[in-house]
Amino acid sequence: MKETKTAMMDVYFMDARSKLIDIAAFMDRAERYGETGDYRYQEFVKALDALRSSDRAESVLMKLSDPSKEPSEKASAGPAVGAYQKD
Amino acid sequence: MRYIEPHAHMVSRTMDDYKALAMAGCRAICEPAFWAGFDRSSVDGFYDYFRQLTEYEPKRAARFQIAHYSWICINPKEAEDPEFAREVIQIIPEFLKKENVLGVGEIGLNKNSKNEVAIFEEQVQLALDHNQLILIHTPHLEDKYKGTQLIIDMLRQHSEIDPNRVLIDHVEEHTVKQVVEAGFWAGITLYPESKCTPARAVDMLDLYGSTDRLWMNSACDWGVSDPLSLPKAVLELRKRGFDEQTIDRFVYQNPLKFLRQSGMEILPEG
Repeated sequence: MKETKTAMMDVYFMDARSKLIDIAAFMDRAERYGETGDYRYQEFVKALDALRSSDRAESVLMKLSDPSKEPSEKASAGPAVGAYQKD
Repeated sequence: MRYIEPHAHMVSRTMDDYKALAMAGCRAICEPAFWAGFDRSSVDGFYDYFRQLTEYEPKRAARFQIAHYSWICINPKEAEDPEFAREVIQIIPEFLKKENVLGVGEIGLNKNSKNEVAIFEEQVQLALDHNQLILIHTPHLEDKYKGTQLIIDMLRQHSEIDPNRVLIDHVEEHTVKQVVEAGFWAGITLYPESKCTPARAVDMLDLYGSTDRLWMNSACDWGVSDPLSLPKAVLELRKRGFDEQTIDRFVYQNPLKFLRQSGMEILPEG
């Protein structure tokens, strides 16, 4: 299936480092512009906790997902936004 | 390299895109019926769109030696008016008879509403009544997990459904396992912002690639999307050390295996 064993750090570390700094800069920006009260930001910060779990990608996605089980009466207006307002 | 693009909305793309796809090794494109970015106002609007998919778009693709197949349905985004949706459903059987139509799709859910559920169920039944393959769209972002659960639960209610003839698309790390373990095919969509990056798609192939019931697609449309994302995922597979035979299975043989269940001679030389 695989021809060679590739060093994941060689392939992905710089890319992940860049994205980590982007996240840090996004959080600084949200604070500077006074938008840390937005529910999307709040859910984003909660999702960061999942980075300390196993299956991190799955856990982050679950933190940002609608946990309810029943169909809604009516489709909500507008596109999906990427975070579910739980409270 | 040869590959099949199993999900692309080419009505939204240019001839330059067709040329780039051909040069990258694309042999066939499958185009599901979808939302045009605005709600259509009449059944005639859908009729014209279905003609575009089945008559006009294959001719554009053929100019670049690419085979073109389509899926027909009313999409979940336009299912919130169920009476209108039912009028559209009535014209679908005429198109299911066409020689380049793969089945019913992409049906599914968008915002997980009761109307969407009702129209989804009716189109599943339509597919079963006409012995068609089914392609299923799962909702975006925060709605995906719940929608995928609802869809799997509904499909399980139909004992006559063969999961091997159903593909559930746009899976991500929190939905891929349940789709594959339930016996359905799963589609991984490569998008620049939402859905999956090539690296994440290859992670899923790392974990679940031993099954043949997986494919990748670009789902390129009028939004932020990349018609060449599949060749980029192939580059990612090579970076991870996957051999060419395995890559061919992921991007050519797997989709071919699913699509040939339609009874059509998809890419007969393959």
